[in-house]
Amino acid sequence: MGAYILRRLWQMIPTMLGVVLLVFFLFNWVGGDPAYVLAGKISNQEQIDNIRRQLGIDQPYYVQLGIFVKQILTANFGASWSTNEKVSHILLTRLGPSLTVLVPLLILSTLISIALALAVAYVRGSLTDRLVMIVCTIGLSVSILVYIIVFQYVFAYKLGWFPVQGWGDGFWHNLAVYASLPILISLVVSIAPDLRLYRTFMLDEINQDYVRTGRAKGVSENRIMWVHVLRNASIPIITNLMSSLPGLLLGSFLIERFFSIPGIGREVILAVERSDFPVIKAITVYVAFATILTNLLADLTYKAVDPRVQLK
Amino acid sequence: MAIDTAALADGARPVLREIPHTVSPGLWTLAWRRLRADKVAMVALAIVVAFIVMMILSGLGLIAADWQREVGVNYAPPSFVGPDEAATPVTQAVTPQAAAPAGPAYQSKVVDPIGDVIASLKAGKVPGGPLPPETTEEKSVDPLADVMSEIRADKSVEAKAEHRVRLATLPLGGDKWGRDVLKKTIKGSETSIFVGIASAVLATFIGTLLGALAGYYGGKVDDFLNWFYSVFSSMPPLLLILAVAAVLQHKGIVTIVLILGLTGWTGVFRLLRAEYLKHKAREYVQAADAIGASNARRMFIHIFPNASHVVLVQLSILVVGFIKAEVILSFLGFGVPVDVVSWGSMLNEAQNELILGKWWQLVAAGTAMAVLVTAFSIFTDSLRDALDPRLKGRTGA
Repeated sequence: MGAYILRRLWQMIPTMLGVVLLVFFLFNWVGGDPAYVLAGKISNQEQIDNIRRQLGIDQPYYVQLGIFVKQILTANFGASWSTNEKVSHILLTRLGPSLTVLVPLLILSTLISIALALAVAYVRGSLTDRLVMIVCTIGLSVSILVYIIVFQYVFAYKLGWFPVQGWGDGFWHNLAVYASLPILISLVVSIAPDLRLYRTFMLDEINQDYVRTGRAKGVSENRIMWVHVLRNASIPIITNLMSSLPGLLLGSFLIERFFSIPGIGREVILAVERSDFPVIKAITVYVAFATILTNLLADLTYKAVDPRVQLK
Repeated sequence: MAIDTAALADGARPVLREIPHTVSPGLWTLAWRRLRADKVAMVALAIVVAFIVMMILSGLGLIAADWQREVGVNYAPPSFVGPDEAATPVTQAVTPQAAAPAGPAYQSKVVDPIGDVIASLKAGKVPGGPLPPETTEEKSVDPLADVMSEIRADKSVEAKAEHRVRLATLPLGGDKWGRDVLKKTIKGSETSIFVGIASAVLATFIGTLLGALAGYYGGKVDDFLNWFYSVFSSMPPLLLILAVAAVLQHKGIVTIVLILGLTGWTGVFRLLRAEYLKHKAREYVQAADAIGASNARRMFIHIFPNASHVVLVQLSILVVGFIKAEVILSFLGFGVPVDVVSWGSMLNEAQNELILGKWWQLVAAGTAMAVLVTAFSIFTDSLRDALDPRLKGRTGA
């Protein structure tokens, strides 16, 4: 096990290097000369040269790459180009609000979609099953933008049940007041695809021999579904959950933007709007690293849940 | 089977004649038969084809070419709702006075060479919003005077055409400038569907080519391409798309197709690499090798048709994903430029309109997209079932 983890970590290095190279290629080569963006419309050559020297982009590419690698390793990306806030400070302070929305969302959506998936898988082929699947397909087709716009308008603006947008101080206050509508909308959006997927996982298991054996020896239907089927179906569910984690951090960027939640996702959009390269570079690299690590974590959980899995 | 029973009934001779007709149907024929039998899939296909025909007609300028014309009053309600009595009178003549209340500043001028242009600009011809009232003196030193006269040369005919009755209601309502939402939706579908299909074709092409190379050659090529794949797939797709959008400052349909196409190929690569790994050791490829077929010929003439059903299904899945992505990108303003209408930019306008109670643009763009995406998803599921019946029932609905 230990050797396996070490080998996997070793194998990650080329991928991580690739990510660094790709981001470097995008922002230092494709992105062109950021000095012109920074200096603004009215600028003279002297100013531009100064900025170039400050950013180190008057240096050859290999020196710039060295600077970039050093920035990643020391988590010191300097200051944001637009607000002059330190990038590391931006990342740390934006993580909290994102997680305040994401963690409850993840727990609720997983529990609800698993329960619903078990239910519709149990009555597979029935009218209920087909209706739920049709609703899911249609629900998936409506743009997430429409959900957000309509829910925000109806529940916050018209009915006034929730604040239209904003963010306060204190975890519990935020969770109870500002995060509830965003979580509700994200739930509506995320349950449809999860339910569809988990239902197929359950259906794969529900026709297995052990289910028949369980019934034959008189195990209650509830126990068969909640213990036997769920346990076996949980392997692909966990893999799916783990691999979707890093994406979730950004997946809610529309929610964060609409509700003015100062999270990572909103920061990415702001940074793209302002051509704030250091912020986007930092977020891209670290989220990619997080994805690579969660992939390993997913494989390890896989092993923990299913002892038959051989780690190579 | 039918031939066998015929043979039993009629003796040996008819069988001999029948044999040339017993060529067993190919994968595509069988798949098409299964698809034809699936009524839901055929309805979905009809809807998708209808949208694509609409896109082509709109692209050729045959329908909705004049979507920028302000044919209705501002925020004209949909016809089935009826005219908005509280607002402007039902027949509002768009004269400069009516269009621009701040008119007198230049109304007093006897000869205003570009007055009608200004009038049309104030009526909202420029998406940026009505110009503030200016005096002619300012215009004489206006640095944009040249541009203005150019605009005049373009728009003078159209500006005169604006002097006519504006409609109180439109089939699906009007937007802020009184433009027909129905025509905007059609024009928007042109952008969204074109971007969806073009970027899916690009992503599928890249994924297929790299997947074929990796799976077929194996070894160092495979190692390198696999590394390339793992780098791209270790970034959440939306983050990668936004990062590329941040770097490519130039906005346009080509840019967004490139962004989506260059970032979205990983899924196709993974599947195609597996297909080529599986097929390259098969006898028919060895046979092709024996008769002297080149590597390229074996890859693309011999193996590719056997993997093409995977490509087709992936293409179909990608179109749906990219239509959704384009809508979000255009909504955020990272997608199509402001003078191009897409469902995303319509939803962006609709966001503010909803607070004023003008819901029709939201409903029009949202429904058009939902109908297309639903039909496309159902069709994709059926297509996969038809091409690979073993998968049937795996994805429900």
